[in-house]
Amino acid sequence: MSTELGLTPAQTVGPYYSIGMTRPGTEFVVPADHPGAITISGRVLDVNGDPVPDATLEIWQADADGRFDHPDDPRGAVPGFSGFGRCGTDEDGRYEFRTVKPGALPDQAPHIDVLVFARGLMHWLATRIYFAEETSANAGDPVLASVDPDRRHTLIATEDLRFDIRLRGDGETVFFAL
Amino acid sequence: MGYQRDTGLVHAPHYSPEYRSSMLRAPSQPLVVLPHRLTEITGPLFGESDVRPEESDLTTQHDGEPLGERIVVHGSVRDGSGRPVPNTLLELWQANSAGRYQHQNDQHDAPLDPNFTGNGRCVTDAEGNYRFTTIRPGAYPWGNHHNAWRPAHLHFSVFGRALPQRLVTQMYFPGDPLLDYDPIYQAVREPKVRQRMISSFDLESTVPGWALAFNFDIVLAGPEASLLEEPHVD
Ligand SMILES: [Fe+2]
Repeated sequence: MSTELGLTPAQTVGPYYSIGMTRPGTEFVVPADHPGAITISGRVLDVNGDPVPDATLEIWQADADGRFDHPDDPRGAVPGFSGFGRCGTDEDGRYEFRTVKPGALPDQAPHIDVLVFARGLMHWLATRIYFAEETSANAGDPVLASVDPDRRHTLIATEDLRFDIRLRGDGETVFFAL
Repeated sequence: MGYQRDTGLVHAPHYSPEYRSSMLRAPSQPLVVLPHRLTEITGPLFGESDVRPEESDLTTQHDGEPLGERIVVHGSVRDGSGRPVPNTLLELWQANSAGRYQHQNDQHDAPLDPNFTGNGRCVTDAEGNYRFTTIRPGAYPWGNHHNAWRPAHLHFSVFGRALPQRLVTQMYFPGDPLLDYDPIYQAVREPKVRQRMISSFDLESTVPGWALAFNFDIVLAGPEASLLEEPHVD
């Protein structure tokens, strides 16, 4: 019989998270000479469209073949690719990751999960990055299908792999409850 | 398979206007429920090899000793079904004993401590337990409203083993009178729920003649099934 424990509530990372959460190089999921390395970049913006200079983003994704190095993947763990990156925004709200394009997953288009942390956010916000060139895979993706068609575009990076995150207001990015 | 979801009673509403920054940054649209698929039942895993043992002691990172009251902060990381979460990375950051952060944007008129950075990390052991040695941080003023002061707190980041378990929170100290006035702490609506963030004084774990101790247990989302067995929240 399990004991039900009350979950610990989240609190904001506040303005000084970089003391504890920032380390050099964490925005590079793969080295520069890694085959198929891509750069995904964008800006984090607030309700006024102003840059958010004190956000940090964490990404989590499958490798180029759509596999995870994780024991809970029922298909088995495939070691070799960490799948994790973290990047703080600069004074223009800009971030940039170097990674590989994830492969498709069973019944899902290629995507990267993103968690956004910032002063002013009580808990992280989760979103997903999809890829513009995956027109047919995106059309069959169950998560995109669950989103208001008028807002779907906020989850799709541009052809040149730019992905802006609007926290609130016009063109607000779709955020998910996990 | 999936993880427990917040029924709305655990985490504070994103838009909590008493905390003014949330008015500019919290989404206005409702969150879209994301069923937990492969990308969500997995997540980054870190282990003992990712941290050095001395990173859990924030009092020995410089030539001299930091000023302030030395404390041990320890506890367990478990999931909502009571299972320990072993080998999970914890990150800790905090102000010094005067209530000042080692950060360029912190302009609080209180001294920096050349012997204190305020940054620690550790990984839970096989039973899900962790232990830091640090100093008790000071309260500090902030610009949220007239005469606003944050209660003394430690910032904690915990990974867990899958994205729904990812948690950043703050640990508070028992009996702090500022808790009643803090919009960040108070944004968690249920008093019984927010009290989970208050550590308890732990006489047993004090190190006689050397350090006081506080216990802070952290509970991450557990397997979804356990929620179905026992639907009550607390
Ligand atoms: Fe703080």
